[in-house]
Amino acid sequence: MIDLTTGVFTVRKLDVAQLTQAVAEMVQKVNYELDPNVLGSLRQASAIEESPYGKDVLEQLLQNAEIAKTEQVPICQDTGFTVIFLELGQEVYLTGGDANEALQEGVRLGYKSGYLRPSIVADPLRRVNTNDNTPAVIHWQLVPGNNVRITVMAKGGGSENASAVKMLKPADGAAGVMDFVVETVSQAGGNACPPMLIGVGIGGTMEKAAALAKKALMRPLGQPHPDDYYSSMERKLLERLNRLGIGPAGLGGKITVLAVQIETFPTHIAGLPVAVNLNCHAARHLTRVL
Amino acid sequence: MTEIKLSVPLTTADVLRLKVGDRLLLSGVVYTARDAAHKKLAQLLLQGEKLPIQLAGQIIYYAGPAPARPGRVIGPIGPTTSGRMDVYTPMLLEQGLKACIGKGARSMEVREALCKYKAVYLGATGGAAALLAQTVQQAEVVAYPELGPEAIYRLTVKDFPVIVINDAFGNDLYEIGREMYSCQTALK
Repeated sequence: MIDLTTGVFTVRKLDVAQLTQAVAEMVQKVNYELDPNVLGSLRQASAIEESPYGKDVLEQLLQNAEIAKTEQVPICQDTGFTVIFLELGQEVYLTGGDANEALQEGVRLGYKSGYLRPSIVADPLRRVNTNDNTPAVIHWQLVPGNNVRITVMAKGGGSENASAVKMLKPADGAAGVMDFVVETVSQAGGNACPPMLIGVGIGGTMEKAAALAKKALMRPLGQPHPDDYYSSMERKLLERLNRLGIGPAGLGGKITVLAVQIETFPTHIAGLPVAVNLNCHAARHLTRVL
Repeated sequence: MTEIKLSVPLTTADVLRLKVGDRLLLSGVVYTARDAAHKKLAQLLLQGEKLPIQLAGQIIYYAGPAPARPGRVIGPIGPTTSGRMDVYTPMLLEQGLKACIGKGARSMEVREALCKYKAVYLGATGGAAALLAQTVQQAEVVAYPELGPEAIYRLTVKDFPVIVINDAFGNDLYEIGREMYSCQTALK
């Protein structure tokens, strides 16, 4: 920025190599170490679960997390589609090359040196594996300030497949939104590796709702929506979803969902878009500020 | 709940002893195959050609492992969603396949084929990949190395834990379990 009184040009220079390094480190850590909030939630779930099969599954997942952390191996063989959300301060000047390519290089390095599974095919129909898990899906957002806030998510395919977007009518209202969330989770059954986390995006346009649902999954587990109207909807949905009886691994039980997290955005007078993004227990996301 | 130790290959008599909800510890050979390998196997069968692996009495595990760290047999290896393989499963059962391992519900066609060909569908815990990898004693790629994680691996496992989801008599643990714990008001 140019300070008008002094005439001094003040931007913060940041070499894109720092993005590469951050991504390479984050994709590994996020795959090896289960979020402590999820660990706590799984322990609580195991204490509540009445189904003997369900309880066993929850204990296996806790044991699995322990092994993964100790051995520094991924929690799940599906080490995810890398999704990167970047908030770029408008006073930051990125130097040293193509920033997008630097992020992809971070994925490439991190997956290779971290023994993570390459799970991406170069073309959706011709399906040849890229062998380095690139490309990541990157969402840039310009924000005030001189920081770069980088969030990396490793999103599993099974739960992504069970996700859905629907364009509801304004008349469908809150009841319509809740029914759609319940239907989506009900239909997923055991496919998306319950116990799950449910991200819900309400409003915006079709693609905005989908991005909101993903963002909702990145909120710290258990942190309710700041607006009471929506935090109450989150609680009601959690209760309804756990009455579906799907249970851990779909084997029947009290615990199907660990949390429901909603994000919203203004929308058009004609519309009510809703997106439901499912996530298995492995809520793999990390944020770092550069 | 019974826990049964079972060694592969499986016979029809082995399969007919298994009931929905049984916990099994499998030992012996298990082949991995997921979407891309299934597509190739199905193409060979449709063309009347020989498969790269013999399926009689064998088990297919729907899984694609993470790479092994140096000195390790294999990386984490949990089940992938079985429903994507539904379209291919009956023709593999016809070849004598006795069990498949995965996660999530099967189609009615697969459930009927399990009864017809006397085979079972077994569930492994999705997301317990690091834990399950500890039961793998040997691993080698036996077909389609070009598919990377989707290649067919021949795994030798010891006490690999699974649950019978669909037995050869038409029962389904997902339906039974869900009915037991669901409350009818949830969908309303």
